[in-house]
Amino acid sequence: MNDFSKKESNMLDFQQLIEIVKALSNDLRIDEKTSPKAIIVPASALNKICQELYQNPSTYFDMLSCLTGIDNGVEVNTMEVVYNLYSIPFNHHVMLKVILLRENPEIDSISEIWRTANWHEREAFDMYGIKFIGHPDLRRILLPADWVGHPLKKDYVHEEYYRDVKVEY
Amino acid sequence: MPTDSIQYKFKANNLVDSEPNKLREDGLRAEEMIINLGPQHPSTHGVLRLEVLMDGEIIKEVVPHLGYLHRCFEKHAESVPYNQVIPYVDRMDYVASMNSEHAYAMGVERMLGIADQLPKRVEYIRVLVAELNRIASHFIAIGTYGMDIGAFTPFFWVMRDREHILRLLEWTCGARLLYNYIWIGGLYYDIPVGFEDRCEEFIKYIKPKLSELETVLIENEIFVQRTANVGVLPLDLAINYGVTGPMLRGSGLRFDLRKVDGYSVYPELDFNIPIGEGIKGTVGDCWDRVWVRMQEIHESTKIIEQCLEKLQKEHKRTKEFDPQALVPKKIRPQAQDFYVRAENPKGELGFFFRADGKSDIPFRCKARACSFSNLSVLPEISRGVLVADLIAIIGSIDVVMGEVDR
Amino acid sequence: MGLLDQRFENGGVIITKVDDLLNWARLSSMWPMTFGLACCAIEFMSTGTTVYDMDRFGMAPRSSPRQADVMIVAGTVTFKMADRIKRLYEQMAEPRYVISMGSCSNCGGPYWQHGYHVVKGVDRIIPVDVYVPGCPPRPEALIGGFLKLQEKIRNETLMTPKAIERLLEKGKQHA
Repeated sequence: MNDFSKKESNMLDFQQLIEIVKALSNDLRIDEKTSPKAIIVPASALNKICQELYQNPSTYFDMLSCLTGIDNGVEVNTMEVVYNLYSIPFNHHVMLKVILLRENPEIDSISEIWRTANWHEREAFDMYGIKFIGHPDLRRILLPADWVGHPLKKDYVHEEYYRDVKVEY
Repeated sequence: MPTDSIQYKFKANNLVDSEPNKLREDGLRAEEMIINLGPQHPSTHGVLRLEVLMDGEIIKEVVPHLGYLHRCFEKHAESVPYNQVIPYVDRMDYVASMNSEHAYAMGVERMLGIADQLPKRVEYIRVLVAELNRIASHFIAIGTYGMDIGAFTPFFWVMRDREHILRLLEWTCGARLLYNYIWIGGLYYDIPVGFEDRCEEFIKYIKPKLSELETVLIENEIFVQRTANVGVLPLDLAINYGVTGPMLRGSGLRFDLRKVDGYSVYPELDFNIPIGEGIKGTVGDCWDRVWVRMQEIHESTKIIEQCLEKLQKEHKRTKEFDPQALVPKKIRPQAQDFYVRAENPKGELGFFFRADGKSDIPFRCKARACSFSNLSVLPEISRGVLVADLIAIIGSIDVVMGEVDR
Repeated sequence: MGLLDQRFENGGVIITKVDDLLNWARLSSMWPMTFGLACCAIEFMSTGTTVYDMDRFGMAPRSSPRQADVMIVAGTVTFKMADRIKRLYEQMAEPRYVISMGSCSNCGGPYWQHGYHVVKGVDRIIPVDVYVPGCPPRPEALIGGFLKLQEKIRNETLMTPKAIERLLEKGKQHA
């Protein structure tokens, strides 16, 4: 059980994975150009889908590798949150994408399922302003608590002065 | 002293406004106190602030505060072309820059589709310098851990040996610490003539020094008493918190991305993966993690020997070899989302790219840093320990704040 | 001024200026505060180890600002850290000096263009005496910075400008 130098033979096919997720929510889109392959899920079904993927004995995604926030810009007017899941026993990856509106983006927090999401969600909130409902402690993590604005947004303009020190060069 | 450039004005509330405390002081019993291990402290792990709630000497809660070294890596990655991001990638994990560059370059090459066209000599040189840097990074981890515990001598020995590695790498690419050597599509320059011989000399020199280090520090009775059975990290907790690298292997799981993913030329090399077995105490305690790092240094020397042999026999240097042959002039991958991961000395370093196919500047490049997830497990494993054990636990996590704050 | 012990043949009596004596005492035992922030801290640690020994110049790192003479700002200064740097600088007792090590603390370094959270130079927060360029500076470069600071201290004087002015006045009157 502790040796992972060989890939397990009962790896799940991507189609079987889509069937499992489709059983919970019909409103899916598939993106095969990404690596690993992505399933675009609606924000309302995220919690159910993550619970299922974590607990289903044929998928068992036990590690959340990465949680990313993306700002698509003012014209497209959407923000995305991308979850990269990885299963250690079965050695397969999947990417879940959720598309949100750019004003007041809100999404369920998955920090009870994978506790690595705790700090990653705080960072997404800090950089983009995405609110995670149900997060135990949502506050800024990397920037000072009295910083104005969310820096990684595409239309972010920094303030002139912070503590009277010029921010520009 | 010129003072006309000073713009900062001090106000008393500045410190509390920029980073307010999370623990409240009202409602504490008489013997409880909140202590601040501030961002400047004698241990060498960088600017990490810990707020500790203690009942006498026993710790009840630890709240880490980060962000004192936030250098806006992701904003820079959205403003400069793909190949110009490499110096910023260097500076994230500054003790193991070759490994970080390797992961980044691998990701962009896979996106462009040129990853399998690289000449084998380039791949072997990349693995060689990456493993040299892995040894250097583990040296710093073990040396500074000894210094935190109170053993000053191994720190000086380790830095003296690390100087040899830094001089070898300086001979190759010109810089001691932040290299900008592994480029997208190849290398900056070939390794110099005579490098293989010097490297073999170094490996012969370092092997007895490693057993010296083990005798003085790792097997030392005082060190064992201070680190065994301290900060035990159970395996399911580790996976749930996203912990990777020597911390996960110290808890007993033989999971190494060099074997699982088999990237670059690692499948052609022969090496083992050490795991923590609870030799001196419980599986997953601080001693196990340090022991795993020590064994990984031994494995890295094996890998370097094999690489040197391959570089001298099968993939010898030739006059026509140009390490920059495949370096593309314009890096414009097709529109896609891509996640690449590699085994840094500290864990899994991942890069999430979003390329929009229209420009040679990444639309989004997120660095999934290993030390960020590794540090998040600190409040869980340090409940109920004494203060001195907290220092031992932080040292065994091997944090580099440049990576945590990016 | 020469080595002190070579002057002892004259019966243990040295004639010198108070300025020179105090400056020599100060520059021979500058105790730096360990203030490593980022990558330059690793090079600072290397300077302290056996290969590029810092201790032969009298530098013994002290962790507390109250016991330190010189603050070597090694690494990138961010806005969150700026408040703490000012507080630590104010805690040092005079005479105190500041060496800015590396290009991040000289001028913002590689993060000067898009770094919204990086202070473009630590001299916007505290006054700096010596700037050591490099990214990161080699340990030899840092030792060169120490020697330059020692030169600067050698030329210091206890006399206040007013005293010099009065001397010049008196000189003009007699002339």
